[in-house]
Amino acid sequence: MVPVDQYLWLSLALFTIGVIGVLTRRNVIIILMSIELILNAVNINLVAFSHMFGTVDGQVFAIFVITDAAAEAAVGLGIILAFFRNRETLLADEMDMLKW
Amino acid sequence: MVLNSILFYFFAALAVGSAILMVTRRNVVHGAVYLITTLLATAGVFLLLQAEFLFIVQVILYVGGIMVLFIFVIMLVNLDISLLQYQFNRQRFVAAVLALALGAQIFLAIKMGQKSLFPQASVPEILPKNTEAVADALFGHFMLPFEIASILLLVAMIGAVVMAKRRV
Repeated sequence: MVPVDQYLWLSLALFTIGVIGVLTRRNVIIILMSIELILNAVNINLVAFSHMFGTVDGQVFAIFVITDAAAEAAVGLGIILAFFRNRETLLADEMDMLKW
Repeated sequence: MVLNSILFYFFAALAVGSAILMVTRRNVVHGAVYLITTLLATAGVFLLLQAEFLFIVQVILYVGGIMVLFIFVIMLVNLDISLLQYQFNRQRFVAAVLALALGAQIFLAIKMGQKSLFPQASVPEILPKNTEAVADALFGHFMLPFEIASILLLVAMIGAVVMAKRRV
């Protein structure tokens, strides 16, 4: 039986790696994938606590998080496609059209 | 249950290792494949936590749906230019230090609350008929959030079509 805090450490590690990916990478697709990693880390927490309390509420929440991730990926990738068609680049630094 | 622990540490090491590789690789396709490895390892962790339904949802929906969408988009955009560009932005050191500080804060918070947070951490809970229980909760107590989530998916679908269309 693995104690619950082990799952929390795993989740913390994945979350921190995801935050580092969002903040340091320039490629927008990698940033979106890092956000998926963060949502995945949250899911581990939810399922671990659901297991600890013996209910399925956490798992239902995790299903909602996965739904959100799917919606976010669809819209985000659509925006990336539209942006790439207009500017021919994928770098987040170049996304400055609202600046002027 | 020593096998449980071995499997957990195997899946955890696999998930963290490929996550680190995912955020450091230059090639986006390699990053996507490493992210798929992380998601599959997380699915294994779900199976260890006796969440069988979420395990299969993770494999079919996340790996088979969302990641395939990512790889399709990677194939649609031009990779040759972005391979030659530098992949980390200018504020990367500050950003990495701040992210590690955030991780250290959460670490301290869990460490300090460990005694009061997990009073029953060693009690093994067996949930029989996981899929049935999830369906009961989803279509009973969580009916309204379920409907809202379906509307969210409809809006996302329309939004993705409008965004990816050539001429609006």
